[in-house]
Amino acid sequence: MSDPLPAKERMKIPRQPMPERSPAERTRNFLEVNLGMESAAARREAQRCLQCKSQHCCGGCPVGVKVREFLERIERGDFLGAAAKMREDNVLPAITGRVCPQEDQCEGVCILGKRGEPVAIGWLERFIADYERQAGQVGLPPRAPHTGKKVAIVGSGPAGLSAAGDLVQLGHDVVVLEALHEIGGVLVYGIPEFRLPKSIVREEIDNLRRMGVQFRTNVVVGRTITIDELLDEEGFHAVFIATGAGLPTFLHIPGENLCGVYSANEFLTRVNLMKSYRFPDYDQPVYDCRGRQAAVIGGGNTALDAVRTAVRLGAQKAFLVYRRSESEMPARAEEIKHARQEGVEFMMLTAPVEFLGDERGRLTGARLQRTELGAPDASGRRRPVPVPGSEFDLPLGMAVIAVGNRGNPLVQSATPDLRTHRGGYIEADPETLRTSKRGVFAGGDIVTGGATVIQAMGAGRRAARSIDRFLRTGE
Amino acid sequence: MHRIIEARFLAPDVKWFRIEAPSIARKRKAGQFVIVRVHERGERIPLTIADADPAGQWVALIVQGVGKTTHLLNTLQAGDAVCDIVGPLGRPSEIDLYGTAVVIGGGLGAAIAYPTARALKDAGNRVIAILGARSKSLIILEREMRAISDELMLITDDGTSGVRGFVTDALRQLIESGRPLDYVLAIGPIPMMRAVADTTRPRGIRTVVSLNPIMVDGTGMCGGCRVVVGGRSQFACVDGPEFDAHQVDFGLLAARNAMYREAEKTALDRFVSGEGDPHGIGEPGCRLADAVSSRPDPGAAPPGRPAPAPAASDPPP
Repeated sequence: MSDPLPAKERMKIPRQPMPERSPAERTRNFLEVNLGMESAAARREAQRCLQCKSQHCCGGCPVGVKVREFLERIERGDFLGAAAKMREDNVLPAITGRVCPQEDQCEGVCILGKRGEPVAIGWLERFIADYERQAGQVGLPPRAPHTGKKVAIVGSGPAGLSAAGDLVQLGHDVVVLEALHEIGGVLVYGIPEFRLPKSIVREEIDNLRRMGVQFRTNVVVGRTITIDELLDEEGFHAVFIATGAGLPTFLHIPGENLCGVYSANEFLTRVNLMKSYRFPDYDQPVYDCRGRQAAVIGGGNTALDAVRTAVRLGAQKAFLVYRRSESEMPARAEEIKHARQEGVEFMMLTAPVEFLGDERGRLTGARLQRTELGAPDASGRRRPVPVPGSEFDLPLGMAVIAVGNRGNPLVQSATPDLRTHRGGYIEADPETLRTSKRGVFAGGDIVTGGATVIQAMGAGRRAARSIDRFLRTGE
Repeated sequence: MHRIIEARFLAPDVKWFRIEAPSIARKRKAGQFVIVRVHERGERIPLTIADADPAGQWVALIVQGVGKTTHLLNTLQAGDAVCDIVGPLGRPSEIDLYGTAVVIGGGLGAAIAYPTARALKDAGNRVIAILGARSKSLIILEREMRAISDELMLITDDGTSGVRGFVTDALRQLIESGRPLDYVLAIGPIPMMRAVADTTRPRGIRTVVSLNPIMVDGTGMCGGCRVVVGGRSQFACVDGPEFDAHQVDFGLLAARNAMYREAEKTALDRFVSGEGDPHGIGEPGCRLADAVSSRPDPGAAPPGRPAPAPAASDPPP
């Protein structure tokens, strides 16, 4: 642009809206809610960036995307150039543009947010990723000369995919091992179609394949093969464990094993991975909540995904039951907004004490209790305290428990010299991601506990750098 | 894709498969299972590994047609393929020198119990097998079980084979004969396993059952297979599938296994009526149409133990 817009003019531009499917339509199907920006709106939105020197946005990004540089390219209309700039730091932009909690990251630190609304960095990230995909001109980064070193990555979720993308660019051979029959981890079993279409995940994985990453499905490390066998028999020079936090937490209250009470992992896996919302065209069923009330216990993104899924499966009414208040909810702001639009009833400061069932062992309701907020707990959030005598019953046909996950112990139990700490997570150096076992690195939720897609991707990047150093220097 | 090397009916709805799965065959131990997804739109179902090639090429599975997926699986023949097999999953059976071990197989349970019975025998135990079914035609693997046990008792509800009665009658008879019994493994329908547990509990005989709850991933991720043992929730896929029979809440297991009864009926009815033909749908590569070949069995069987011969017809429901 020959005549760059002065900052004063830029600040007059309002934040461009994200076109959305109407709530009435989307509650009847699993199609994506956000429809994506038009290119004119995207350029206009990019013009709002003040191109400030401080670049807090880049620092606020767990993978350090050079936000200012890609926004500047969008403003010029060089969408493919913007996408290529993005891919230098982020191998899954079409995914993170959809699922990152931008308000806590890049947009949360955007200077415009101090007085008005921040630049819609997430929507623009999504825009350029979709643009290059639709143009069929994905600018894959070049690959360094072949090093002859082999790395096995255990788990194909965000941490594993991110590490795979970086390691293959550095010239190493990369094989990703996945326990399920489909690649993507939480991106395919956890996050619903209406928030992240599976076709997009598949295309991003195909991009990694084109970059040279190999994938093997149906391999359960710890059962089908062990870490020691990968290192000693299969000729891998290093292993990165990125198995995620895939062990569901239950509430340990009476009635939790009634038919119709699910862990969020099971409910979402049935609906997303196994496509049970298309039963009987797909074979895996999901408990029938049509015309009945459903409740999801929890306040994170998983809980929001589950409750909005229940709406789409035909629940007559869907409740989000959370023991703290809305301001403590860890879920993304956009999901909370969308859930409200879709008629989800937020039942805050409430916790279940028991699930109620009939003589056939099927769920009929929940006994709930009101809570109030006391002193802050270890997480810094105010601790919910039950209000005596406040119990009441809510009739339910289905309940989903979405109160977090712990580390799945399968790999650790088959690898005795891998040190773990409380909660079953693997001990790894926060910077190098090295574990107690030489040549074995770990990162993502299996080290930190449940976090976000982009934090896991950040761990994957750090692991890739550290593994690369190990492969080159033996340190 | 995993090619089916051999497939034949042991009974009209009970089929024996040998399927290529080298990485599983090399690793599996008695008592472990796999999860199979037949085709692109298929569900994931757990099946116990009935046998495996010592040379590490194939696993054997015995499938009883109960719902849509198992009936569909039983239409496949040698030369066809299944989309996915993952395993070996679950903890292996705890094989030890117990002394005298009683292995009870009810109906299809005989197939699940067989590898563990053989491992118990190999470990030096005196193995007494009790095979039970409603009727003679429903007894499977009689010959194989006889070959690896010191004694074999046949029990049928109608007396058409062996003694008339239930497996618990035979078990009680053994107990009352005063012979010391050190270990009991019971695999079969839930009411049978519960009855065996009730029989051995007052005598304090160590008793193990293999549970068959509904599973999805089989790696401890979903918790769908949770069972209550000794008052504690456990995941059958990673903590089991074998548990102390005296501690299992069988009523809960039965209720949870009935969770999808209506959906299962819908799926089976559609399958039987030919509606929603699964063959041509889904992504290329794992469509059932790609998996099913009209070619005959490519002949020469790979190395390994010969498969058990057909033993009987018609399984229990």
